Amino acid sequence: MRISISREKIHNSFVEKVQELSGQNLLDCYQCGKCSAGCPSVAQMDLLPNQIIRFAQLGLEEELRNCQSIWVCASCLTCNVRCPKGINIAEVLEAIRQILLRHREDRVKIEDMTTEEKCSVPPIALVSNFRKSTS
Amino acid sequence: MKLSYYPGCTLKNQAKNFEDSTLCALKRLDIEVEELSRWNCCGTVYSLTTDDLMHHLAPIRNLIRAKEAGSDSMMTLCAMCYNTLKRANERVKAEPEDLEKINNFMYREEIDYQGDVKVLHLLEILRDNVKPETIQAKIVKPLKDLKVANYYGCMLVRPKDIGLDDPENPTVMENLVSDLGAEPLDFPYRTECCGSYQTVDNPDMVVDRTFKILSSATSRGADVIAVSCPLCAFNLDHRQRETIKKHPEFKTIPILYFTQLMAIALGCGIDDLRLDLHYVDPKPILKEKGCI
Repeated sequence: MRISISREKIHNSFVEKVQELSGQNLLDCYQCGKCSAGCPSVAQMDLLPNQIIRFAQLGLEEELRNCQSIWVCASCLTCNVRCPKGINIAEVLEAIRQILLRHREDRVKIEDMTTEEKCSVPPIALVSNFRKSTS
Repeated sequence: MKLSYYPGCTLKNQAKNFEDSTLCALKRLDIEVEELSRWNCCGTVYSLTTDDLMHHLAPIRNLIRAKEAGSDSMMTLCAMCYNTLKRANERVKAEPEDLEKINNFMYREEIDYQGDVKVLHLLEILRDNVKPETIQAKIVKPLKDLKVANYYGCMLVRPKDIGLDDPENPTVMENLVSDLGAEPLDFPYRTECCGSYQTVDNPDMVVDRTFKILSSATSRGADVIAVSCPLCAFNLDHRQRETIKKHPEFKTIPILYFTQLMAIALGCGIDDLRLDLHYVDPKPILKEKGCI
């Protein structure tokens, strides 16, 4: 992975928006990795939770917008509970999801789901999935 | 304490076993609850962005219903409902400006919400208000020889200030299950997420979780898994179908709601258990252990 870091990126409005929507101070994170160690979804993630915070600190908007990690997160809050600095990592991932969803970049397209697919899971699954993956 | 019972969507269909077993068990324990009138879906998840008041309307509207019913407390069974309702409640209690905005938006409601209804889960109601001796005195069929692995999942115990027990080492279900005469078993994945809503568009992830969580319990000799969430129940029970396909060596295990265990112990009939709603049939092991 080739990443370029610049002063402009670090001060970009995307980072500001992530902090505003998440209510978290990204610079609190000192990369201990406990969030990633506890996350049950890591096997399916391209960026680990601690890497997402690091990328957000550096303003790497493109990489964050395109990562799969935010969509395989199950909001289990294990990261939040284990962070020694009290950072809510789950809120940071939610902020990035919401930035995309609020521009209608939906992860799940309800209109493409078959009736059979929709009936194969209980209502609680559909509602929570649509809250997290659709606008 | 006047208790309004909030069922949530899934307890009226796929998880009717959770509701029916609870209502029978509560009757045996002389705990009176009244189903909330005109309740609506709680939203299932608590919106994690700072600015999203719109998604807190649904939970607060339910709390208004509780207030209209003259209740000071609302009882939930589903862990996700518990988490969503309680977090929204705590949010508006801590932020009066947000509460005002929410009340103003719902101006057609007859009353404003003041933050004065408590959101409680049945496990904490039992732990904090019912002596073990009271439960034990009413037991008709102790669950002797039944080894129960208690699965909490996420939403009962996280975040720390909302959870009803310790997020890393909760004990409330183990204590209840012991009071019922069964043997609680420890295993390392009691609070590990089942995959939750990933079951809709990423079921393979749930299959891997189910395999990991349940194998850990069965390798320690568990007869059944006890849960308190219809989504956990779906993922851990119904997704065993896909788990066997992917892992042929996987040993299936029945998933029961903790209230079904209560109902059995307190002498409720088999009709109150709705065992027809399970994928992995609990009847064989329950018969073998003399529970039914």
